[in-house]
Amino acid sequence: MDTELDAETDSASDREFIRLDRVEKVFDVRKKTGFLRSERHEVRAVDSISFTVPRGEMVGYIGPNGAGKSTTIKMLTGILTPSGGRLRVAGIDPSRERTRLARRIGVVFGQRTTLWWDLPLIDSYRLMHRMYRIPDARYRENLDRCVELLELGPLLDVPVRQLSLGQRMRGDIAAALLHDPEVLYLDEPTIGLDVISKVKVREFLRDLNAERSTTVLLTTHDLSDIEQLCRRVMVIDHGRLVYDGPLSGLHEIGAGERTLVVDLERELPPIDVDLARVVKVEGPRQWLAFPASDSAAPLVARIAAEYPLVDLSVREPDIEAVISRMYAEKATS
Amino acid sequence: MGTGRLYAAVAVRAFRRYATYRVATAAGVFTNTVFGLILAYTYIALWDEKPHLGGYDQAQALTYVWLAQGLHAAVAAMGGGFEDELIERIRTGDIAIDLYRPADLQAWWLATDVGRAAFQLVGRGVVPMAFGALVFELALPADPATWLAFLVAVALGVAVSFAIRYIVAMMTFWFLDGAGVQQLATLVGIFFSGMLLPLNIFPGALGELGRVLPWSALIQAPADVLLGERTGSGLLSTYAFQAAWAVGLLAVGRLVQLAATRRVVVQGG
Repeated sequence: MDTELDAETDSASDREFIRLDRVEKVFDVRKKTGFLRSERHEVRAVDSISFTVPRGEMVGYIGPNGAGKSTTIKMLTGILTPSGGRLRVAGIDPSRERTRLARRIGVVFGQRTTLWWDLPLIDSYRLMHRMYRIPDARYRENLDRCVELLELGPLLDVPVRQLSLGQRMRGDIAAALLHDPEVLYLDEPTIGLDVISKVKVREFLRDLNAERSTTVLLTTHDLSDIEQLCRRVMVIDHGRLVYDGPLSGLHEIGAGERTLVVDLERELPPIDVDLARVVKVEGPRQWLAFPASDSAAPLVARIAAEYPLVDLSVREPDIEAVISRMYAEKATS
Repeated sequence: MGTGRLYAAVAVRAFRRYATYRVATAAGVFTNTVFGLILAYTYIALWDEKPHLGGYDQAQALTYVWLAQGLHAAVAAMGGGFEDELIERIRTGDIAIDLYRPADLQAWWLATDVGRAAFQLVGRGVVPMAFGALVFELALPADPATWLAFLVAVALGVAVSFAIRYIVAMMTFWFLDGAGVQQLATLVGIFFSGMLLPLNIFPGALGELGRVLPWSALIQAPADVLLGERTGSGLLSTYAFQAAWAVGLLAVGRLVQLAATRRVVVQGG
């Protein structure tokens, strides 16, 4: 009976592994208005946000600059105390039990490093080993795995300051994972990375989530990160949650249009069809926008019949366009 | 035990890190040696004029010069060390990273400062002292127990120095730019640690004040121990004086840290 009850509460806490109830963060900002005079006003960085994330989910958390993304993450790690509302991570109130929570979470801030600048990479890991009191065997196993998958082998003895940005980021991701965190917060993990590094980092994160069911909250400006990693997306703006749902739903909301890219045999004037309109021409390649709800088939058939078609592809609207459209619609409505 | 090992590892790494700054160490040793020469001749002139000034004979005075030159880096009498780094981390917001770690912020930085001090005691201390002993007649103790007693006083001095610099660095949370407070602290440190002139030689209220302020735990107190001016109960009261300041100021630092992280303004996105 007891065990049943435990199992039940366990699954409940798994379903709401991260839980925010009307969480707020208000900053008091002082503005100088004259000599020795200042005006105080409130800035609501996070304004009554509620959501839950079940264990093992990988969620994208996106929004424009200053929307409140980093403030949310800082509250989730416990380094900022919410001004209002209730917040739990793995059943722990982060700001009250920061140290206890710290052993269960991993954080990667893309623009900062957790590694020690002057020391060889491996030294930072040895410090993590002690700091998180990772059992020796576990530490070895996790380190070996990260070294292999993130290709850190040749870098271990290099002082961190000599690493390239992409190398350092991979080093940072490994550092955040040595203690088997149940939750990983990634704040812009691919910022400034080259294409190859981005691919490596994404592959690694996907495997991590699949194999260890690590819960991941991902903040990014690079929407292809989200497209490739997250099924669920939350959009925050002006401190409020404006969308929470599947990525496809986000497309539908603001999407409106998809793009058909066609390569013709030679340069031609813009294609003239009533099903779509040409938005861009570049040599023999043309971009056509058509309603997202329409099928591409009749359009393709028409073009193939009337034009010397060589190749084609259909592009889903990218999230950036979708979000800006969402804002535009909200503003006009 | 687990935490002890962490902070020991942190200290060892800080030691190694400072050991890699070879050019800085050599430049520091050179500067201290030149400065020591200038001060030594100034002291000789002073003690010729006024023998037994401050209760020291000339050999003791010269020993004091070289001791201060060899010691001030280790006890960071002029500030710096972890302090600059911590201020920079608060200013840029990197402090956020330190705060979400399962480690105590103050203990962490104390460990790094102990590692740094240990390196600088050797790396910056031995050469100026040896040079001074070769060129001048110094009053160095022959008894290893006195040296041991001296090392204890140095360790306590490092603790006091750390506690002061930690408070200064924490001020950055409020002022956003620690430079002003830091400069003031440096000036006070140079004078009241006894780095330039022993506090013993200042008469009246100024001397009294200098001897009770925490900075005297940095150089004046270890120097008095090495010069054999503090033995028996005198030695114990010197230790007690240093330890009291260390504990008191570490506690103040902890309160300031608590206040700072409560109202924390972690800079930057």
